[in-house]
Amino acid sequence: MRPYPDDISLVIEGAAGQGVQTITSALLPILKNIGYHVFSCTEYMSRIRGGSNTTEIRITGKQRFAYTTRIDVLFALSPDAFEHLQNRIGEKTLIFAEKEHFGDGWNERCIDIPIPAYALQAGGPVYANTVAAGAVLGILGIPLEPLNLFLREQFSRKGKEAIENNIKAATLGFDFGLRTPSALKPKIPVPVPNDVKKRLLMDGNSALGIGAIAAGCNFICSYPMSPGTGLLSFLAERSGTFGIVVDQAEDEIAAINAGLGASYAGARSVVTTSGGGFDLMQEGMSLAGMIETPIVVHIGQRPGPATGQPTRTEQGDLDLALHAGHGDFVRAIFAPGTLEETIESMQHAFDLAQRFQIPVIVLTDQYLLDSVSTIDAKDIKRLPVASTLVRTDDKYKRYTFTDDGLSPRGVPGYGDGLVRVDSDEHDENGLITESFDMRRRMMDKRLKRLRPLRESALPPKVIGRHDEAETMVVCWGSTRGVLEEALDILGCKRLAGIHFSQVYPLNPKTGTMLQNRRIIVIENNASGQFADLLTRETGHVISRRILKATGEPFSVEEVVDALREEAHG
Amino acid sequence: MDNRHNPFDMSPETDVAWCPGCGNHMLFKAVKGALDDLGIDPVKLVMVSGIGQAAKAPQYMKVNMFNGLHGRALPAAFGIRLSNRELVVVVESGDGDMYGEGGNHFLHAIRRNFDVTVIVHDNMVYGLTKGQASPTTQRCMKTPVQVDGVILEPFNPLAVAIALDAPFVARAYAGEIEQTRSLIREAIRFKGFALVDLFQPCVVFNKLNTWQWFKENTCSIPADHDPADRMSAMKLATTSEKFPLGVFYRNENRELYEDLAGIGDKPLHQQQPPDEKDFRTMLDSIPMNNV
Repeated sequence: MRPYPDDISLVIEGAAGQGVQTITSALLPILKNIGYHVFSCTEYMSRIRGGSNTTEIRITGKQRFAYTTRIDVLFALSPDAFEHLQNRIGEKTLIFAEKEHFGDGWNERCIDIPIPAYALQAGGPVYANTVAAGAVLGILGIPLEPLNLFLREQFSRKGKEAIENNIKAATLGFDFGLRTPSALKPKIPVPVPNDVKKRLLMDGNSALGIGAIAAGCNFICSYPMSPGTGLLSFLAERSGTFGIVVDQAEDEIAAINAGLGASYAGARSVVTTSGGGFDLMQEGMSLAGMIETPIVVHIGQRPGPATGQPTRTEQGDLDLALHAGHGDFVRAIFAPGTLEETIESMQHAFDLAQRFQIPVIVLTDQYLLDSVSTIDAKDIKRLPVASTLVRTDDKYKRYTFTDDGLSPRGVPGYGDGLVRVDSDEHDENGLITESFDMRRRMMDKRLKRLRPLRESALPPKVIGRHDEAETMVVCWGSTRGVLEEALDILGCKRLAGIHFSQVYPLNPKTGTMLQNRRIIVIENNASGQFADLLTRETGHVISRRILKATGEPFSVEEVVDALREEAHG
Repeated sequence: MDNRHNPFDMSPETDVAWCPGCGNHMLFKAVKGALDDLGIDPVKLVMVSGIGQAAKAPQYMKVNMFNGLHGRALPAAFGIRLSNRELVVVVESGDGDMYGEGGNHFLHAIRRNFDVTVIVHDNMVYGLTKGQASPTTQRCMKTPVQVDGVILEPFNPLAVAIALDAPFVARAYAGEIEQTRSLIREAIRFKGFALVDLFQPCVVFNKLNTWQWFKENTCSIPADHDPADRMSAMKLATTSEKFPLGVFYRNENRELYEDLAGIGDKPLHQQQPPDEKDFRTMLDSIPMNNV
């Protein structure tokens, strides 16, 4: 692999409870405010204390949104780091660790940093992460003052002593970092300090929440399940400001049924969960289809089957999202791949759910949700919120037959009519029916909307030059960033990428865009679920599937390696 | 029963799917009568039900209706109520729907104590699936599935509700129609989770708990029972030889979920999306951007 001059990968490792997240949230704003492009992603074990968790912070000359296997600088706070990261530590990795924790591999690129001793000197073991944060700045040659400001702010409520001890810890670490032999110090990209104030740092969870609030979401009922819980917390924290009703349900079955009850009464409701929780919601999906009631369902994917790897990432629930619920009914599925797309997907989801009176799914994954990057404030777009409710009169029928199959939607208590919805097959009034003819007409009514829904589907985004490419590499959801970077590195016109942020229904032009091209699909699952969907929808044969289902995201190196032959062969 | 026009009546030609002689016919009149007594505007009333014969009741009334999934009436009712406090929400359900399939929701709806009236037609059998045991089927009753007789003790909904401090717990019987009407009226008027377990025979599938059986095995709640006394209510629900009819328990002091959660009076359907200023201010609150 060629060297990356404009790209540093810094990994901070620690046991759960050692404060790796705190270091990250101190460093990212400092780096961003200087003018660096940053990206960070997190992997952690399913435990509350102990183990070995890491955060990767990439400092790049160009904005990236991808994970790299390569580690340039490693801060190992726990003894388990070396076993956990053995496949990622390379000959060129500069390692800061305590020598006594290290096995035989100690070499001239390892620096013995007495973090616990410094922490004690500063006031106690709790300051270890602050020592590390200071050391990172020292090594990178970044001034300490912004970190001190952060610490003053962060610990203002804990009193003077806490602030002073933290600053002492940071200074000890910083001075140590400064003393790193200059031959070993990584070369840091040149910062571009333009418009840093307009760039916002955020993770996928925040982007999802921002999208929901922009869409006027005012009801969320959910049961906690990683990694779907972030949206619930985000909206709960802002519920007072935006008048959002938030309830933690007794189970996922209750969550979706409460969401549908709320929507029936006119709320704009969302539920959030992961694949396992969504399994329990399937009957609710089917109900939404039958009663033509909008609902947005966020599925933060993690590896299954069953409990699987609770804290890891995968794109393994596309088939589930596509097929969840018994009977034939219409749905839409979004799968954003960037912060911008995440914010917009949520708004599209609410919009389609309301306009087409259907359930809409937003599929993300642990990797996307926990990854942090920057977004320009002007790129946070608000889409128009259509008012879809009607005031009923006393002749109102909830399921009046219309040309497009969409009946004006009233809600109880708004107007003089009665609003009746029924999970049994029903007539225009929403009353149970045994008539075969009514059944035929109602099925037709409910399914008719698929056509306009398909016509309004978001077009996929081409990465590179479509016209010159012989091979199209297809991705969806969170794999967009890694494919973009890999194609950029390979720099070959024979290859172009195509990313789908709406995976169902597919935009009608999809088939044409892939016509007469060799098609490769890359996805973070074991079987190639999107590849199958693409064949089913377009009839195109998929020449190759690049798959990964270890619980980790694809790294840039892996994708470059997988495509190298295609580019040069 | 008076013959005055009831605003909840559908046209007389409505095809009602209940069997002749079913307790539902009587109970149906009691429910509609109670609603009329209270002068509730049908437009402001939502009847929520799951699946089963009892759950069909809202199909035959002029009301807003959410006829959802088997066992899931309570979560839907909860969502409706939180979205619009102006609505009166009444759940009508059967013993299988509420105590079997919906058991977990029953427990947690009581814990929440939102304003809902829960009428459970308790005929101690599964009718619509043709005669299997329900959670309230008496021991030893033989069914097509429990061929040697039911081996489990029946679920005791009143004891469970009282244990969870459901603030209004009553039992009524289809054979005592005026009392039933009055209990339902009281339950709807009550602010909070109000349970009315309604005994009724299933004339087709339950040959054990017949009209005659209920007549012999029910009694009035003792005149000196104080419904505010939870221990005495629990005793009544667990130790009586016969099944008492009336208000077992009434707790005027439980706070409503809607009040505890600060649910406003304005229905959510009237709420506008956030204005641009609030939205942009919120962006500054995203962690890591206030440094």
